[in-house]
Amino acid sequence: MAGEIQNPIIRVRDITVQFGATRVLDGLNLDVKRGEILGFVGPSGAGKSVLTRTIIGLVPKVAGSIEVFGVDLDSSNTSQRRNVERRWGVLFQQGALFSSLTVRQNIQFPMREYLRVSQRLMDEITMAKLTMVGLKPEVADRFPSELSGGMIKRVALARALSLDPDLVFLDEPTSGLDPIGAGDFDELVRTLQRTLGLTVFMVTHDLDSLYTACDRIAVLGNGKIIAAGSIADMQASQHPWLRQYFHGKRARAVMG
Amino acid sequence: MSSDPKLERIAKGNALALCATGTWTASFAPVLERMVADAEKLAGSPQSIFIDVSEVAKLDTFGAWLIERLRRSLTHGAVEAQIAGLSANYSSLVDEVRRVRATPVVETSTVTITGMLEQIGRAVAGVGGTVAGLIDMLGAVLAAGFRVLIHPRSFRLTSTVHHMEQVCWRAVPIIVLITFLIGCIIAQQGIFHFRRFGADIFVVDMLGVLVLREIGVLLVAIMVAGRSGSAYTAELGSMKMREEIDALRTMGFDPIEVLVLPRMLALVLALPILAFLGAMAALYGGGLVAWLYGGVDPEAFLLRLRDAISIDHFIVGIVKAPVMAAVIGIVACVEGLAVQGSAESLGQHTTASVVKGIFFVIVMDGVFAIFFASIGM
Repeated sequence: MAGEIQNPIIRVRDITVQFGATRVLDGLNLDVKRGEILGFVGPSGAGKSVLTRTIIGLVPKVAGSIEVFGVDLDSSNTSQRRNVERRWGVLFQQGALFSSLTVRQNIQFPMREYLRVSQRLMDEITMAKLTMVGLKPEVADRFPSELSGGMIKRVALARALSLDPDLVFLDEPTSGLDPIGAGDFDELVRTLQRTLGLTVFMVTHDLDSLYTACDRIAVLGNGKIIAAGSIADMQASQHPWLRQYFHGKRARAVMG
Repeated sequence: MSSDPKLERIAKGNALALCATGTWTASFAPVLERMVADAEKLAGSPQSIFIDVSEVAKLDTFGAWLIERLRRSLTHGAVEAQIAGLSANYSSLVDEVRRVRATPVVETSTVTITGMLEQIGRAVAGVGGTVAGLIDMLGAVLAAGFRVLIHPRSFRLTSTVHHMEQVCWRAVPIIVLITFLIGCIIAQQGIFHFRRFGADIFVVDMLGVLVLREIGVLLVAIMVAGRSGSAYTAELGSMKMREEIDALRTMGFDPIEVLVLPRMLALVLALPILAFLGAMAALYGGGLVAWLYGGVDPEAFLLRLRDAISIDHFIVGIVKAPVMAAVIGIVACVEGLAVQGSAESLGQHTTASVVKGIFFVIVMDGVFAIFFASIGM
């Protein structure tokens, strides 16, 4: 475990993903360092969500290897895989809350499965998580269909954090939120990263998030990472898509 | 790296220190809770207490909360328990946890006799609502039908044909197979029991009347309710869940006209066709068994069948089919549009759609039986 500290928390090597004849990811390499917030951008349909889903194991890959916490997910056995899954949390684009369970039950679902914790402690931790993601305790007994879009994202984040993971995947966490809500969410991710020592892998389109929340940015294009580095590196890049992205009308507005 | 957590009591002069060591994480939660509960008994002692967490190797939300819980229960009146030796890494986590308001959890779901009685009462009162909902939908469908008659160009032919394929064409194999088997079974049972009276040949009368008047259409209607009624409810229900129906409405389309009418029409056309095919398959199956098992050769079977049944029997059967189709369709669409946001609700309404569909089909069959008996058909 000592080596884990120097090694990247996610190490993706030469992965190729294909749907029929279309090659979505083509020999992609990516490292995510411990404790950082990595923003992952790219044009719509470039395969950002596909990469996320491939790392999590929801999409099969044709070639390449993925290591998370130093465990190669292909050669790992079930218990090793379980162990890795227990240490990551995933926030899906639409929240993916279980619609027939209340907010409280949604957050407690992973705890019930993986931990042996008393009901009292579970309830208290649920309240703590809700407070952390900026929700009032009153929402605990509501069903997902009774929540607003922003609340769904927050509850989904609380569920993703319920086991105190070391790594969270956020798939477009601020999409569908108003600018103030999105700003709060970025702030929240920052705070949680500080307090819980999280590593965050964030797929986003939100320039504000990139500027305020992310330590490092990786850009996906043509099935590969075309650039990775700090926001300054991105702005200095001469790649045409990056130039358009970081020097377009909206980018200038953000930079003010 | 992970070591068992401990909470040691060390007296330091007038004060008492609770020294937390080891790994304070979720995996040790039961041990931690027990230790904290133990330490909470110290509450009320006049000594000032501080919780020393400088030796904690690892802390997560669970551990931080338990320390906070301990701090709160040891704090009373003027004596405030302090947390000492907090490393910079964990101080923000502990601060975060400190903000949590301890709200008592109220469990509301308790099963009582009054609660059960209330549920029964609500269910009974709900029957009226169900019937009203069905009549409401019938009216809406008819109104949409008249609108389409006046403006034939708004009729959705493609959609109707698509649903015809789904509920009629694709249903043919299973419907024919099952009615064929039922025909075989009726003939076999008839021959087996009638043979004792030497009345083998009357099995043809029984088969003809039963299949054409009752079994053919009833069986097919029940199968269609299970097969297509459930599909309609699930389709409309998931569209409702994803706000697709609201989207249609905002674009100025009437969901009844766009979604319900083509489905209803497809079903009303499909059921008579399926009932006819089913009746033929059942007669064929019965004839086959009568020949192979009962020794009634096909020629004799057909002759007897011609004597035994008239066109009236066939009409009585087939007239029921479109009405039953309408009932199944209306029930399915009402249930589909009543789906709420959750997956559970979708399941409940799909179940209700099939159960109510079959129930109303049988009720309708009874009503028809009385009607035809009183007009002498």
